[in-house]
Order: sequence, then C-alpha cells, then structure tokens
Amino acid sequence: MDDSIRRVLTSPSIAAPAQPALRPRGNLYRLARRRSTVAFLFATPLLLVVIGLIIYPGLYAIYLSLLNKSMTRFIGLGNYRFLFTRDTFWMVVEQSTIFAVTAVIFKAIIGVITAHLVNNLPSKGQRKWRGMLLVPWVIPLSLSTLCWWWMFDPTYSAFNWLLVRLGGPHIAWLSDPFWARFCTILVNVWFGSPFFLIMYLAALKSVPEQLYEAASIDGANAWQKFIHITLPMMRNIIAITVLFSLIVTFANYDIVRVLTSGGPYNTTHIFATWAFNVGITSGDIPLGAAVSFFMFPIMGASAIFILRGVRKRGREI
Amino acid sequence: MAEVILRKVVKRFDQTEAVRSIDLDIADEEFVVLVGPSGCGKSTTLRMIAGLEETSAGEILIGGQVVNDLPPKDRDIAMVFQNYALYPHMTVFENMSFGLRLKKFPKAEIKRRVEHAARILDITELLDRRPRQLSGGQRQRVAMGRAIVRNPKVFLFDEPLSNLDAKLRVQMRTEIKKVHQQVRTTTIYVTHDQVEAMTLADRVVVMNGGRIEQIGTPHELYHAPRTRFVAGFIGSPAMNFIPCRLIEDSGRVSVKLGDALVLPVPSERFGAYQPYLGRELVLGLRPEHVTEARSYGAGAEFTIPANVVEPMGMETMVYFTVAGTEVCARVSPESAVAPGERMRFMADMRHMHLIDVETDGIVAVPVHNFGAKAAVS
Amino acid sequence: MTADAAAIAAPRPRFFGSLSRNRRWALVTSYVCLVLFAIFFLAPPYYTIVTASKTSAEISNQNTVPWLPALPPTAENIDTLWNKTDFPLYLRNTVVVTLCVVAITMVVSVPAAFALGRMRFWGSSILATGVFLTYLVPETLLFIPLFKILGWLGLLDSYWSLVLVYPTLTVPFCTWIMIGYFQSIPKELDEAALIDGANHLQMLFKIFIPVALPGLIAATIFAFTVSWADFVYPMAFIFSSDQQVLTAGTVTTLVKGDVYQWGMIMTAAMIAAAPPLVVYAFLMDYYIAGLTAGATKG
Repeated sequence: MDDSIRRVLTSPSIAAPAQPALRPRGNLYRLARRRSTVAFLFATPLLLVVIGLIIYPGLYAIYLSLLNKSMTRFIGLGNYRFLFTRDTFWMVVEQSTIFAVTAVIFKAIIGVITAHLVNNLPSKGQRKWRGMLLVPWVIPLSLSTLCWWWMFDPTYSAFNWLLVRLGGPHIAWLSDPFWARFCTILVNVWFGSPFFLIMYLAALKSVPEQLYEAASIDGANAWQKFIHITLPMMRNIIAITVLFSLIVTFANYDIVRVLTSGGPYNTTHIFATWAFNVGITSGDIPLGAAVSFFMFPIMGASAIFILRGVRKRGREI
Repeated sequence: MAEVILRKVVKRFDQTEAVRSIDLDIADEEFVVLVGPSGCGKSTTLRMIAGLEETSAGEILIGGQVVNDLPPKDRDIAMVFQNYALYPHMTVFENMSFGLRLKKFPKAEIKRRVEHAARILDITELLDRRPRQLSGGQRQRVAMGRAIVRNPKVFLFDEPLSNLDAKLRVQMRTEIKKVHQQVRTTTIYVTHDQVEAMTLADRVVVMNGGRIEQIGTPHELYHAPRTRFVAGFIGSPAMNFIPCRLIEDSGRVSVKLGDALVLPVPSERFGAYQPYLGRELVLGLRPEHVTEARSYGAGAEFTIPANVVEPMGMETMVYFTVAGTEVCARVSPESAVAPGERMRFMADMRHMHLIDVETDGIVAVPVHNFGAKAAVS
Repeated sequence: MTADAAAIAAPRPRFFGSLSRNRRWALVTSYVCLVLFAIFFLAPPYYTIVTASKTSAEISNQNTVPWLPALPPTAENIDTLWNKTDFPLYLRNTVVVTLCVVAITMVVSVPAAFALGRMRFWGSSILATGVFLTYLVPETLLFIPLFKILGWLGLLDSYWSLVLVYPTLTVPFCTWIMIGYFQSIPKELDEAALIDGANHLQMLFKIFIPVALPGLIAATIFAFTVSWADFVYPMAFIFSSDQQVLTAGTVTTLVKGDVYQWGMIMTAAMIAAAPPLVVYAFLMDYYIAGLTAGATKG
C-alpha cells in the first residue's frame, strides 16, 4: 500500500471512534446462550408431557396393579393370579389375539390389492380414487361404528333387508357369538384398510420404474415382477405397517364398545374393553390395571421389531 | 442373424410427435449410436425397439421378424439403463442371472454364463456383493454383465455413462468398446455426448426434433456433414458459423466475411458454388482448421486482433470477431498473442463448408480424399 | 403404397389412446374392482346420510327401502337434536377442547422437534427415539392410572381433563413428523442464518417454520383429527352430559332407553363427523403426507 495513504489512515483524527467499555458477561449469561441449553429449553415441554403424562402413569399403573381392590394394601401379584383363574380372562386373551391377527391380515391383503389397483390407473384418476377410498379412516371411529351398529340392528338391519330379498337368511348379527365377532373384525378391517392402502401405495411408487422395465426385458411377467421385485422392495414397509397395526388393533376400544359392549356374554371382549369394564365401570381399579397390562408384552415385542425395521429402511436401499 | 430394421416408425404422445417417421437399417454385429440433443427422440426410438413403448405407426424388425406386437421378453434383447436398474435386494450374481432363472435355465449353465461374463468385465470378485456396496463404474459393469449373460440378438444402451464422472466415463467407454469386440452382438447405443458417439460407433445416427439428420461413419459426419445441425453438433469445440457472401472476381470464387475479410475458395468447388453467388450464406469452419499462420499448408492468411485467449496446455484457443461473430481458433501455444494484440491466422479452406441459410443444408461438393469416402448428396 | 404399408401407416384406434388390448383389459378390471371396494368403503357414510334424512316414522316403516333417502329430507332430526338434547353443548365442548389441544400440541411439538431434529445436543437422538416409542403406548393402557391421577387433580367430569390428557395422543407423533420435516431442510440454511446474525428463536420463526410449513399443516391436521375423534378418554373421565364431547356424547347420551331414535342419532353422527371430513376434503394431500410420515392408528 502507498506510504502516504497508510499514514493518513492511521492518523488519530481518522482512527475509529473508541468502543464503549463492554459490560462484563457473566457465566450464567453465557450458559443461557449456549446452543445445547437453548435446545434443552425447547425440548422441556415435550419432556414434561412425555414424563408426566405417559411414563409416570405407565409406572403408576404397574404399581396400581399390585394393590388390592380398595387400594389400601399391597398384594403383589395377587391380581394377576386371580386373572389366570378366570375363564373370562382367557376368553379375552383368545378373542383379542384372534381379533388383532385376523383383522391385520385382512387389512394387509386389502391394502395390497387396492394399492395395486389404484397404482394401475392413469395418474390423474389416482388422486380421486385414493381420496374416496380413504374416507373410512377420516370419520371418527366411534361415529362410524354407530352406523355399523345401526346397519346390524336386529329389527331394521339394512343388510338383512338385502339378504332376505336375495333369498338368504335373516342373520342375528350382534347377538350370535360368531357373527358378533365377525362384525367387530369387519368394522376394524373397514376402518383400517385405507391406512394400509395409503402406505402401500406410497411404497409402490417408491419402486423405480426402471426396475420393472429391466425385469420386462429379462423376461418377467406381471406375477413374477410382483414376487421378485415389488414384494422384496416393499418388505420393510409391509413389516412396519403390519406391526404398527397389530399394536393399534390390539389396543382398540371404540369398535367393541359401541358395537357389542363386549357381548353377547363377553364373547367379543378384548383387553381394552374388558379393562374398562373391570376397572372403571365396576370400580376395581387395580384389577383393571392388571388386565390392561397384558397388552404390554405383545406391543413391546412389536415395538422392538418396528424400531429395527425403521432403522433398516434407511440403510437398505 | 440379428439385423434391426426400422421402417417409417412414428411415436406420438397425445398430440405431439416425438419420433417422426424414421427409417433405419442396422446390420448384424454393427455398433450404431443414436446421438442428438435432449428431446430429439433417440431414447424413445430405443425404447420402441426394446418394446417399452408402443409404436404409433411403422414397423420394427429384429432378425427379420416383425416385433411390434411382441412384449420385451419375447424380443430376445438386453438393455443397459442409465441408472443401471440393478435389483437392490439381490447380489451381483443374482442380478446377472435373474433373466436366466426366470427362463428356468439349468444351474450349471447359469453359473457358466455368469462367470464368463464376469471375467470379460473383470467383476468376478464382486459376485457376492449387493449393488449398494459397489461404485458407479462397478454397477455399470454389472448391468452390462446382466445383458451379456442373456446372449441376446441385440444390446440396447440407454445413456449408460451419463451418471459417471468424466474420468470414469472415458474408462468405461473403452470397456464397452472392448466388450463389443469380444462379444460381437448388434449394439444400439443412445447418448447425447457426441464424443462417445464418435469413439464408439461403426455408424452414427444424428437425430434432431424426432427426425434423422444424417447417418454415417464418424469420419463421414466429421468431414462431410450434410446439414448445419450435424456440422455444429459433431466436433468439440463446435464449428464456427460466420455469415458470408460468395463473390466472384475474374473467374475466381471467394468468400467475403463482413466488410474486409476475403478468403479464397478451393478451385474444385467453383462449379458447385456457382448457383449461390450473391446469396446470403453461412461459412462453416472448424476451430482446428483456423490456426496460426504456418509456412506449410495451403491456407488463406489474414490478420485480426485477438479478443480472448484460453491456454489449454497442448494448444491455445484464441477467439476473435469477424462479421459480428465470435470465431474460435486452435493455435499452438507458442504463437498465441496477448488479448487485444493482432495475430496472423490461417484458414484451411479445403475444410470449409457452405451453408444455405434457407434450407440449413450444406452445399454438396465433389468427393474429397481425406482418407475415406465422403457422402455425396 | 402397398396394402401392407397403408395398413401400417394407418393410426391405431382412438379410444384408450395408444393402449394395447392387454392394457385396456387390465384397466377395465381395475375399475370394476375399485368400484366394488368403493361401495364397501362408502356404504356406511352413505347410509348415515340416508337415515338422517328420514323421520322416525319413515325409518320404522318396514315397507320403505332402507338404502334410499327420503326426499325431501326431514328437518325433524336436526330440530330435535339441536333443541331437545345436549348436542349443542357437545359441539361446543369438542370445539373448545380441540382448539386448545391443537394449540398446546403445536407449542410443545414444534420447538421440541426443532431442538431434537437440528440442534444436536447430548442425548438428542435417544430422546427422539424415546418420543417415537411413547407414541406406541396406547391410550387403553394409560386410561386407568390417568383416571386416578385426574381424580387427585379434581379434573374428573370436566372437559378440561381432556385438554390435559389429549396431548399425550398428539404430541409424540406431531413431534416425530416435525423432526422429519426439519431434518430435511438443508444444513446450509442454518449456517447462512447464523452468519446473518439470527439467534435460535429467530431461525425457528423466520426460516424453519415457513420452510417446513407443509409439515406443520400435516401435524396440525393430525392433532385436530385425533382430538376430535377420541372416544376412550371422554368415556372414562366424563360423566355429566354437559361436559361431554361429541363422540362419547352421541354414543352414550343419545343412545339411551328402549327406543333408539336412529334418525336423530345418525344426524348427530353426520354432523359430528363433518369437520374432519371437510378438513380432509380440502387438505387431503397434507393429511396423507402426515400419515405416511410415520405410521398411525389403523
């Protein structure tokens, strides 16, 4: 730089004005501005909700299940032992399992089929159909179940009206144990299939079109493409969806409560509804807590598999 | 025998014609490259040959058989995709053997074919890996292996090197050429890169806007392009196009560029250019034919100030302006001047092309002998 | 031109464009099957509307076709519903609860998702996974201990209990969705903002929230739908009709006694189901985006 210029710039009259004296910044201030502190503050309400309203009640439920009916003393596993002796309990176990497994299987099958059907349509129409087919999932379950209840009504059933006119029998939908169970599974499948449809449709679209073209050239027909390409690529999504649905179906309350209230003769009770009956309606809270606890092992196992699946999904492809 | 013939093939999407009635004859064992800018219809044509798109009109024959109504799996073809399209959940071995397994080939035969192809492509150690564990170049080789193993009548390549980095592309180009020499299958290769086309092809099909502009050997296309498009598309850097007029002075025809620059036309062309005297035309001259003034060679010399100078190491590109157009010249590094200075250039007029502005066609001239026969229109 | 060439040059038939016979066949079959599925899925809502249009007399009349609506539809059901039952109260309560819960959920989830998704701090990924896991804990597991806890807090039999408890249903999943959206924003935006001198709160409000808006909408829709539709908690915690919400109210209070007034009940169901359906109709893409962002009830 030119000597004359440098001299001008550093002469006192043009030097930068003196900075005002800085206030001393304390340690607390610095702590508050640190990134991790701010992050923690942001996350605190979430932690409060999770700990206060989910974890704490969860643990409290365990504690409750170990008390006697009037909650005055500790009886250890007494409630559980009592449950094992009751027939109703084993019925509920069996019914819950059949309900959950059957419903999920059918939901998955319907989901796969409808996803393929919708995917085959020209893309402009797909949105419309997808919109229509998702409706059951959007309506609050308890309200749509009310409608199903009305359609199964002993006297006025709209289905019986059709059946009789087609020459069939008049079915006692909700008062016959077999048919009552059938109805609860049917409503659950009706409600839950759209979810499978949406998930599988998204999964189908994520398979690159070129893989199908390469398979065409390699000589695969439609069925072979489905088996060798579609299914393997969708494996993770299928697993995750099924496991999620197992958890949620297993813990379902609305359908059975509205449709049958557990009847006839407790043949449609599942864990959630029976726990409600025992715990709140009949007032034996510890026993109710014990009942709802049996949902835990299955859900815990499913949750572990889901987590593994979710982690794998990112890494696989 | 696996020749491929396209007769008046048309492809329409809704109302637009992506491919407008093309005719193509590809001989057995020939390596043909379809080249052109994006949207010219080359990929669509390839996909119609593969059976992935239906033809709107026209016939496609493979090995003498009309295949329009045959699905891809019955056409006995194999295809290498731009994105490799390897099955992610299968190992390399399973990827390559998929087609054979579908056709229920015996296991021993499958093994033999896969290992043979793997040896040709040098991927034998990769047979147990999955695609995600492979690099781009390795994946492309697996895709080629999958095609080789099928022993098809025709190989189809759809821009297979576009996803690779520049250095890898050059390597893979050589690989593909080697493979073709070993496995002499008819090959149809689509690319937008004219360098690939020139280095790989026995014959090149230049396409533009759904039509074929010109078919010829690389040599023909370089030395005797028939249209302005082909002349500008082939060769890098691209040919210079300078507006000009033909003038005649005592029996000698010359090209006048702008106001001052006059370059002589080779005498054997006088006859062909006579009808174009006085018309508005465009002179085409490749940068490699505009050089520094040399003592040998028969070029027309002129002096012009240089605008931009780009040293490339082996040569230097010098840009100057004539008739309002920027012209690129390739000169030896020692002769290059600084920007702004005047420099003496030489144009090798034996390589000039004259473009008729109304048709965008190149005026045909008598046969040159630059080592191969040129096309005569 | 020879006859062959002429045939070749003639365009293919126009209907279905350029599809081959196989594709056309597959398409027709697809449509037929889809129509069958659509009938299955849409029959109950359709029937709800049909029943809502009829008076009790028309419903109990065995000679009418149950599947066809009465035209013109009766106003009697809405009249009874609105003026002679607590339905308006249910509606009001549901609206209050839902609005509060959506607000709380957004205020809790969004900053938390921002912190967990973008601000790396000790334990953030463990916490994120933990949040996801708590989503898997179903309400039917927690309603019994919550019953006791709410009893202590004196919130039983008040819809404010729901305002306190519903966030357990919405916050985990909304946080999860938002984490995903926040993480998909390129890192360079952070750094540009930091250089421009923004602090974390400013970054959140001026950059991330606008860019992740689709995620926000999806999360809001999810919170809205879940709060509107929940059934277990109101059944467990609320006993008085004037505190009850739409779902539990329609099922318990309106369906009492020997003679069910189905016309009125179905009208109530129809009105109660309308808001989620309306939201869905207008914001379907966000709805579905929220769904596929994880997995949820169903």
